[in-house]
Amino acid sequence: MTTVILVILAASVGVDGFASGRNWGFLLLDLAPIALIALPMTLIVVTGEIDLSVASILGLTSAVMGQLWVSNLPLELIVPLILLLGALLGAVNGLFVTRFALPSLAVTIGTLALYRGLAFVVLGDRAVADFPFSWTEAAISTIPGTPVPWVVVLVAVLAIGFGVLLHATPVGRALFAMGNNADAAAFSGISVGRTKFWLYVAAGVVSALAGVFWTLRYGSARADNGTGLELQVVAAVLLGGVSIFGGRGTLLGVLGGVLLLGTLRNALQLADVSADALTVVTGALLIVSVVGPNAVRMARQHLRRRSPALNPAKP
Amino acid sequence: MTTTNVEPPRQAGAVTPESRTRFTHRLFVARELSILIALAVLVTVTAVSNPRFLSAQSIRDILLGATILVVLAVGQTIIIITRNVDLSVGSLVGLVAFATGKLFLAAPDAPVVLAVAAGVALGAVCGAINGGLIAAARVPALVVTLGTLYVFRGVDFWWAQGQQINAADMPAGFLRLGTATVLGVPVLALVALAVLAAAGLYLRSYRSGRELYAIGSQPEAARLAGIGVGRRVFAAFVANGALAGLAGVLYAARFGTIDANAGTGLELQVIAAAVVGGVAIFGGSGTVWGAALGALLLTTISSSLAVLRINPFWQQAVVGALILAAIGLDRALAVRVAARLRERKARGN
Repeated sequence: MTTVILVILAASVGVDGFASGRNWGFLLLDLAPIALIALPMTLIVVTGEIDLSVASILGLTSAVMGQLWVSNLPLELIVPLILLLGALLGAVNGLFVTRFALPSLAVTIGTLALYRGLAFVVLGDRAVADFPFSWTEAAISTIPGTPVPWVVVLVAVLAIGFGVLLHATPVGRALFAMGNNADAAAFSGISVGRTKFWLYVAAGVVSALAGVFWTLRYGSARADNGTGLELQVVAAVLLGGVSIFGGRGTLLGVLGGVLLLGTLRNALQLADVSADALTVVTGALLIVSVVGPNAVRMARQHLRRRSPALNPAKP
Repeated sequence: MTTTNVEPPRQAGAVTPESRTRFTHRLFVARELSILIALAVLVTVTAVSNPRFLSAQSIRDILLGATILVVLAVGQTIIIITRNVDLSVGSLVGLVAFATGKLFLAAPDAPVVLAVAAGVALGAVCGAINGGLIAAARVPALVVTLGTLYVFRGVDFWWAQGQQINAADMPAGFLRLGTATVLGVPVLALVALAVLAAAGLYLRSYRSGRELYAIGSQPEAARLAGIGVGRRVFAAFVANGALAGLAGVLYAARFGTIDANAGTGLELQVIAAAVVGGVAIFGGSGTVWGAALGALLLTTISSSLAVLRINPFWQQAVVGALILAAIGLDRALAVRVAARLRERKARGN
């Protein structure tokens, strides 16, 4: 979290135009889909699983949304249908992972291809772009008097919801417990399967929500919307300090991770660093964030072993 | 992610080693047979609808198309067997392909052998970076290679600066490598076959090859049994990097036109090929033969869809469904094996 603040401060001082309200508005709009999907993803990774199909759910829901709009359905009806579709797609993931006990990495690589493929089946390489102005405008409108877009409120409400669930309820404790040891969690009366199933459903719904937002923000429903976004989400979650093995991590840290990735990229972009360097920075940041703590811990252990005086309990 | 979903058959105790080996061997054969049958059905259906699908030219095209995927799937299998994964191979292929183009721009007369050696060396170095971080810093492979996926691709972009290398920039002798045939079989396919045979033999018959399976089955037990887990995993990543480097050179030879986007998203296809071929994502089981068949099946599907006049947009969806079917089948087999082994144990055999 301190790193985020430092980066924001440094960028505000050092980079021209970074601190402008307009820039912040765009930055937050860009980050909203990643932040949204990162919320359920955090919970899933805490339980020791993963969901790589989220960006494909975003793409498929976007494509279906376009197709339904072309078929003259009103958006008031389309949006609930799309969220329902997201729940269904998530439930398929959850079913494979829990009911059939298959590794989530393999399952969601499968559904990553399947859902993206279905998106292309639905919409092909066409784009649906004639959404009503009132809706596309609403997606990017800001809270009056501030440069903050309304979608930030949506992210904040959901973040509080997921944060309370993870950190202040028995369900949240159970998530950490099964991340640390699924067998022990099962023996202590937690229904591991059912809980994980509902997490995948939640990820599906939120990804569909991100799909709706994405479609309206860019005013275009396309089958390839959000391709590759899953890796950015996972990168943000890991950067936020969630252990890939499960059992450790905080939602606030993940929001910090999302913000850190976003501000860093944005600031470097404004400072005319080429987009290529940004890719390197993203990757390097991810590696450093996991290698760093490990290296420090190993160095510390090494030192302790070399000075036995500090460790008299050792036989 | 967790080590808790390790399938029960690995803990099967009281079966005599000999019968168990024969039994598991039969199982593996059955698993690969199932892909072979799927492939045969696919080819038959397509050939019935359009006999030209079985023409020499069409078969050559499929083999050529499968080559790069097969080489990558072999490398990925070596990694997955040790219960790791390498997501950076797509970026690595792109980087090496571009480097190969650059090499020929700088030295148009460079011999083909030098280009291959340089590509393999560059790939091995990148693989060593992956392996070093994973083995030395004890960081999960998924995270490290997700990071290097971005880093390698970024370096590629930065180096290319929007430049595109065209077939005209490369010597004809090198490009011929992409289309040349020996006795009607494409040279590229022969390269893939050689890689496949070498890796298959190594994993099956060499001590260090078997140790890779031991590491993937149970890393802790492997460590206690005196296997240098870190060293072996490191070597596996170097080998995979070298194979990805080779694939990058082949990519350059086959397509001729290379920009910084070459090979994007290839990593998922490679993992898909391995998983469809029966390589368990949690390590410890699977063969390179299966993975190669998986790669061949994925390539054939896209050709078949075109011949059968099915909307090409279905291809990706079919691949996804196939992955789910393959891991479902593996699971069903594992459950049956566990039941059989329990039965034998109960009989005191």
